[in-house]
Amino acid sequence: MFNALARRVVQDLRQSPAKRLYHEKVIDHYENPRNVGSFEKGEERVGTGLVGAPACGDVMKLQIKVDTNGKIVDARFKTFGCGSAIASSSLATEWVKGKTVEEALKIKNTIIAKELCLPPVKLHCSMLAEDAIKAALNDYKVKQSSIDSAKDQEISAERVSVQ
Amino acid sequence: MSVSTPRPSRALYLDAQSTTPLDPRVLDSMLPFMISMYGNPHSRTHSYGWETEKATEDARKSVADIIGADPKEIIFTSGATESNNIALKGCAKFYREKKDHIITTQTEHKCVLDSCRYLENEGFQIGELCRSKGVFFHTDAAQAVGKIPINVNDLNIDLMSISGHKIYGPKGVGALYVRRRPRVRVEALQSGGGQERGIRSGTVPTPLTVGFGTACAIAQQELEYDHKWVEYLSKRLVNKINAELTKVIRNGDPDHSYPGCVNLSFAYVEGESLLMALKDVALSSGSACTSASLEPSYVLRAIGSDEDLAHSSIRFGIGRFSTEEEIDYTAEKCIHHVKRLRAMSPLWEMVEEGIDIKTIKWSQH
Repeated sequence: MFNALARRVVQDLRQSPAKRLYHEKVIDHYENPRNVGSFEKGEERVGTGLVGAPACGDVMKLQIKVDTNGKIVDARFKTFGCGSAIASSSLATEWVKGKTVEEALKIKNTIIAKELCLPPVKLHCSMLAEDAIKAALNDYKVKQSSIDSAKDQEISAERVSVQ
Repeated sequence: MSVSTPRPSRALYLDAQSTTPLDPRVLDSMLPFMISMYGNPHSRTHSYGWETEKATEDARKSVADIIGADPKEIIFTSGATESNNIALKGCAKFYREKKDHIITTQTEHKCVLDSCRYLENEGFQIGELCRSKGVFFHTDAAQAVGKIPINVNDLNIDLMSISGHKIYGPKGVGALYVRRRPRVRVEALQSGGGQERGIRSGTVPTPLTVGFGTACAIAQQELEYDHKWVEYLSKRLVNKINAELTKVIRNGDPDHSYPGCVNLSFAYVEGESLLMALKDVALSSGSACTSASLEPSYVLRAIGSDEDLAHSSIRFGIGRFSTEEEIDYTAEKCIHHVKRLRAMSPLWEMVEEGIDIKTIKWSQH
């Protein structure tokens, strides 16, 4: 009887192995990466957000490409960080695609964390991903307004020269 | 061996610093005491007690021999953590009238630092490490015993902690060496039947101490052979990795460190992501004891590692049973995934573009 019990304990462990530290979804983002990379330098209508710090062990770079209608058509990311950080930023690039700039601002870290089943100790990864989205959107806005104001200056300069 | 080598059905074990597997010879020696020789070694009135008492004393001699001590100076405990606690708190409390100054180093195990902090709250002063006469010297030799020659007289050690499961012995047992000449006294932390010279009451677990004794005996016999093997594998691993990757830093002094503990920092790649990628190999990042916190290893920081490099470190623990194939597989996977993670790293991208990362103003979260 003792032998049967012992055998069952070991059998149980073999069939349903101990819980992994990483959720399947987190691992999937590393094994099947989507949107890893960077847009060409000087590409138009691109916003780049760079957040975090090497000393903290987390740095995310997130880029968005926006069309003339204000819709995000493409995104890229690069991350220095743990598996949860990589997954959070990867998921962020998936979610911003197809959203307008205003809609993307609404992406919350809590939803990212829930989707990836992040444990409490990894919640800051999702927060940084939200920061990265906002930083990219902000960068895009700043660039666009300076392009727009440059265009305005050109137009008024032309008007002046025409007059 | 290519990366398409079939994955092992169970992860390879390369975390010898956190624990080691039982040597089969150790298990053999323990089994009789878990099956039929189950007497309490402190029972004086019958053969069940006599036989386990003898076995325990034989084990005690094996432990004493490997460190050049007398068996009377060995106290069995539940492990090096308990030994450290007894050594620090017990010794400090016994001598508190005359001596109240404790010196420690930044690279000690958490249980040592925490014991010192506890004593600090009780009024003891903690200072910086220095060598001087008339000062009791305690060393936590959990990682060293059985791997490098240790002699308590050559090294002028007064108190020493030893761990069973770090040298292919069972978990749950260790020892504290307490010098008798000149005499070092410690106050007991645990009250009870007065076993182990009153320093550590409680029934001594014969199966565990027998296993521990066997592990020490084997380690003493095979120390040189083990060292040669581990050193060979260690060099193999480091050379293979350095042949294919740049910006790999070896933490610790390569000439004055135990070859079985290879701690490498892969710049611009975060340690935990690499551990996740190397899922077929059991490794650790920094040291296991502090893995619950987000801080990089305080040990690495203390030995001068840059803050961001401390986040990029992996510890490879090579042991008696590690094989060449395991090392080759690990090196290959490591190279493959470091390259992959660097391709995903914004820091690596900056470095390739010639940007000096140290000049960037990072936004703290």
